[in-house]
Amino acid sequence: MPDLKYTADEMMTIAAARMIRNGAVCFVGIGLPSAAANLARLTHAPEAVLIYESGTIGTKPSVLPLSIGDGELAETADAVVSLPEIFAYWLQGGRVDLGFLGAAQIDRFANINTTVIGDYNKPSTRLPGAGGAPEIAASSKEVLITLRHNQRAFVNKLDFVTSGGHMEGGDSRDRMRLPGKGPTAVITDLGILTPDPITRELTLTSLHPGITAEKVVASTGWPLKVAPQIDTTEPPTETELTVLRDLYARTARAHAGSA
Amino acid sequence: MVRDGDTIALEGFTHLIPFSAGHEIIRQGRRNLTLIRMTPDLIYDQLIGAGCASKLVFSWGGNPGVGSLHRLRDAVEQGWPAPLAVEEHAHAGMAVAYAAGAAHLPFGILRGYLGTDLPKYNPNVKFIDCPFTGERLAAVPAIRPDVSVIHAQKADRRGNVLMWGVVGIQKEAILAARRSIVTVEEIVDSLDAPPNAVVLPSWVIGAVAQVKGGAFPSYAQGYYSRNNAFYKQWDPISRERDTFTVWIERHILGTKDFDGFKQSLQEAATHA
Repeated sequence: MPDLKYTADEMMTIAAARMIRNGAVCFVGIGLPSAAANLARLTHAPEAVLIYESGTIGTKPSVLPLSIGDGELAETADAVVSLPEIFAYWLQGGRVDLGFLGAAQIDRFANINTTVIGDYNKPSTRLPGAGGAPEIAASSKEVLITLRHNQRAFVNKLDFVTSGGHMEGGDSRDRMRLPGKGPTAVITDLGILTPDPITRELTLTSLHPGITAEKVVASTGWPLKVAPQIDTTEPPTETELTVLRDLYARTARAHAGSA
Repeated sequence: MVRDGDTIALEGFTHLIPFSAGHEIIRQGRRNLTLIRMTPDLIYDQLIGAGCASKLVFSWGGNPGVGSLHRLRDAVEQGWPAPLAVEEHAHAGMAVAYAAGAAHLPFGILRGYLGTDLPKYNPNVKFIDCPFTGERLAAVPAIRPDVSVIHAQKADRRGNVLMWGVVGIQKEAILAARRSIVTVEEIVDSLDAPPNAVVLPSWVIGAVAQVKGGAFPSYAQGYYSRNNAFYKQWDPISRERDTFTVWIERHILGTKDFDGFKQSLQEAATHA
């Protein structure tokens, strides 16, 4: 295969997309998760059921939505339901296999913050807040998280826990009786972290091509555990790259056209 | 119908956001409003920046796909133009609080707010044990706005209202409110709604007004699409107090109605 050129963001999105099983019912956040979920649907997982919190079930957008409730999502959905219904019947009802979230900050137990940086009452940065994330993180059977890897994002202590991952580690998530089993992978632009089966602490288990473990450790705000045997992520295939770039190109054209 | 000090909800989840009604509240110079909305969006950024609000109840406060709501942030972080108290929820909590409001129940329950810090900062999130299974569940008080405002696609001449697409929380918001206003794209002789369509009968609505394009820059399924370009333009307009003030004085306070607003935007674009 020829040596393909690709960006770190493309590697991240493609690595995240590969985690979606064909046929999985996937509750998708906007941004990177939405791009990865749609890439999966357009490549190896055509039967994946994408749900957005606007109440669109089984949606098949041809361009990525800018907002969680773009018309494209409703037009291409199998069903569109109200907000009380999407959260109660579909999410809390336990019908979601995979919750797929982004984050501003993450800690070693894959708890995430999308609420504030700094003190809650005197924040240095006010972020959008929870949206559907706390219940997606709690009730989906498993959770994937994708975000860019740097010390500002991978922090020793969250300023605010918006959505629970493995809480304090060990069996603390189970003790808090969160219904789903929590985050199973964190996909970044440098590699893939997975929780230790016992301590639940995130561990570096796969490096994207050309990235060193030292770089990932240096980009993490706590002493990151590194697996004794680290995999190398398969580089993007030509198909994955082409489909992803076409998706972004279609999206850019569609969003520019509504001025 | 909206008075100073009221608790109001302008709903529409990305879709059918009642911008024209929101602008009219700004023009009327309403003050000390408690604003309820799951996603404050540009509409509440405008109301907050215009000084109409003293409290915000919400569950996700950003400019979707673009970034921050700068007027909301300025009010929370710096108290400009007025201090803004916030009551912060998760979407699932607000959805069930509206549903409880519609049912005239005192509170809503959900399998939610588990593993999140939100209950530490919001005394309106409590936990109860299910009397049948013992499961720990979250409880949130019902939302009962003084006034709810929504935008929909159609009304018939008797005032029955039909909407479709992403219907969000609008039906619950109307049924939970003491007074309500609906703006619509068009008024027709017959709704021709299939059975089970989302129809709000005229007798649960306070007033219906036709405002064509009244959800701009959000969208009305079947009529016009979301003006993503405007959502992106809002970022530089709203980033600084000065640019925001110039914009709102020219395009909202300086215009008579929503048609005037849109015309004024068009003129600005042509002369740019």
